[in-house]
Amino acid sequence: MAKAGDKSDSKGKKGVKRKATAEEPQEAAVAEDGATESGAQPPKAAAFPPGFSISEIKNKQRRHLMFTRWKQQQRKEKLAIKKKLKKEREALGDKAPPKPVPKTIDNQRVYDETIVDPNDEEVAYDEATDEFASYFNRQTSPKILITTSDRPHGRTVRLCEQLSTVIPNSHVYYRRGLALKKIIPQCISRDFTDLIVINEDRKTPNGLILSHLPSGPTAHFKMSSVRLRKEIKRRGKDPTEHVPEIILNNFTTRLGHSVGRMFASLFPHNPQFIGRQVATFHNQRDYIFFRFHRYIFKSEKKVGIQELGPRFTLKLRSLQKGTFDSKYGEYEWVHKPREMDTSRRKFHL
Amino acid sequence: MAAVGARWHHVWVGTETGILKGVNLQRKQAANFTAAGQPRREEAVSALCWGPGGETQILVGCADKTVRYFSTEEGRFQGHKHCPGGEGTFRGLAQVDGTLITCVESGIVRVWRDSDKEASPNPLLELSVGPGVCRMRQDPAHPHVVATGGKENALKVWDLQGSEEPVFRAKNVRNDWLDLRVPIWDQDIQFLPESQKLVTCTGYHQVRVYDPASPQRRPVLQATYGEYPLTAMTLTPGSNSVIVGNTHGQLAEIDLRQGRLLGCLKGLAGSVRGLQCHPSKPLLASCGLDRVLRVHRIRNPRGLEHKVYLKSQLNCLLLSGRDNWEDEPQEPQETKQASPEDTETDELWASLEAAAKRKLPDLEPPSEALQTRRRKKQRPGSTST
Repeated sequence: MAKAGDKSDSKGKKGVKRKATAEEPQEAAVAEDGATESGAQPPKAAAFPPGFSISEIKNKQRRHLMFTRWKQQQRKEKLAIKKKLKKEREALGDKAPPKPVPKTIDNQRVYDETIVDPNDEEVAYDEATDEFASYFNRQTSPKILITTSDRPHGRTVRLCEQLSTVIPNSHVYYRRGLALKKIIPQCISRDFTDLIVINEDRKTPNGLILSHLPSGPTAHFKMSSVRLRKEIKRRGKDPTEHVPEIILNNFTTRLGHSVGRMFASLFPHNPQFIGRQVATFHNQRDYIFFRFHRYIFKSEKKVGIQELGPRFTLKLRSLQKGTFDSKYGEYEWVHKPREMDTSRRKFHL
Repeated sequence: MAAVGARWHHVWVGTETGILKGVNLQRKQAANFTAAGQPRREEAVSALCWGPGGETQILVGCADKTVRYFSTEEGRFQGHKHCPGGEGTFRGLAQVDGTLITCVESGIVRVWRDSDKEASPNPLLELSVGPGVCRMRQDPAHPHVVATGGKENALKVWDLQGSEEPVFRAKNVRNDWLDLRVPIWDQDIQFLPESQKLVTCTGYHQVRVYDPASPQRRPVLQATYGEYPLTAMTLTPGSNSVIVGNTHGQLAEIDLRQGRLLGCLKGLAGSVRGLQCHPSKPLLASCGLDRVLRVHRIRNPRGLEHKVYLKSQLNCLLLSGRDNWEDEPQEPQETKQASPEDTETDELWASLEAAAKRKLPDLEPPSEALQTRRRKKQRPGSTST
């Protein structure tokens, strides 16, 4: 065995491997012969019993070597296939079949029957006469009250301040331990249209309650990935007082429409394009990403954007009909993880 | 087409936008019916009940204090009756002996003569039940007996033919362990068949059984489920249990003999507004604010059977109690049209065969064949559906 060891030191790694593989099914004596043979002739393919896998080798070094060799081989084959395909495509030129689209979770989304058809009259009537009708008919303009849960810490306070610069006509008030059910009638009497409550846990904001005021729905979101202005790299200067434009992306289902309309009703109708500011609510896979940018057109088709303002991600937990009443209110939609999150390709917004 | 097939719809659902939807679960189709042709939020359906004479007519109680009559045979609204009095929407609708019983949220129960749709502006009988009524239910065994209950309005059973006082007035349970008064909020009431008992479900997630025959006016049995207000309730066929739904969309079957939870039904995402079980089959129809009508199977095995997305928020439903769910008999008109066609074509084929056998007279069979072809061409056009 010592001899075999010396031989392995003198030869390259591959030699060791081949000897090791050759040794496995055979006995030691035979292995020595195999070693001498391999030294003289080009290496033979190792004869493995069928059903043998690399993971059965107990020796970690040898196993690792076998695995790396296998991996290199796989990579080579893959590259060869790719090259071949590319050659074929070039050879065919225009007649080449279109490239196959890779499957993504967004592509494979389960067909949702609640996706709103733009020509649907019933849904159009439902939306035209829902609680946001007065906003969309330009009868009311938004006035927002932003507050937090009781005794907020610095991060939450700063987030509220930054949010109030982003949302025009909004006011931040300290919570003072008041019950929301008592705040709401006072807000209604002072003509507020929306109430935002940022919930805080362990010194970070983690929840958002958005309640449309006269009688409107209340949405409860989970908030994550909150970045304040100073934490955003390569940001622009602070936002100005101009009314921003809004972008609502990907709110396709009926529930998504309701939530999208809730966000839209936070901002006044007439965006001031001079300010070149835009707030985006982008929905992807039931997560809503909020971003605030300033854009500038460098030419007809090239735009540069600077991210200002806070950034956070929201996930809808429940949509309640009526103003905030979590105990006795009627829910229009409640997120139930064990029932609704069973499929990775099913989304609700 | 929708009007023709209206009688075969299995479930009728009323929505917040004033549309009455008929859903056919075999064909998986839903049809919209509106009184004015357009949906109107002022006509939001708040109560539904079957009219007299089997399941041929539906009484639809709308938010503008009118009761509309819908015929399932013809598939259209036939008339309406304005039932003023009191404030709030209809909380209960029932019909007995050619009269209509309505109850509004402010507690005014009125009995109207049903004979003429528009005439008779004055009710035959008026009762004041107490403010904050959430439900009025009619006893299916004794149609003149109704029960009412609501928020801070205890369960009362009224006999409309009897005196102005309730036949049974429930008493609140004892003060709780902190010696505080337990609040009352009866959301739904059901009469148990073959006894005088009543079951109520409350907004404080309790299910209570009352027995007017027993000397105690307090509930005989109390069970709790969940943490959210129970909004709807229905009795299961045969067995002594009820199925309740709450504002979170949780459905649970509760046994009334022991007050135990038998099992839950999954699927709803929004507040349950309407629940009804089929009288003989183990099927449960549920509708709610998540705009979907679901039909569950209650036992062996418990699970979802049908799910239909109806685009508006659903307020109340009526499940057809007929047995021939699967068998849908052919429309009689179609069968009549089919049979004469068959007999005529049979005769034609017979004549053609006879003509083919005769080789000599060549002129006659082609002319006959041409005539038959012309007739065949005309027939599809004449019998357009």
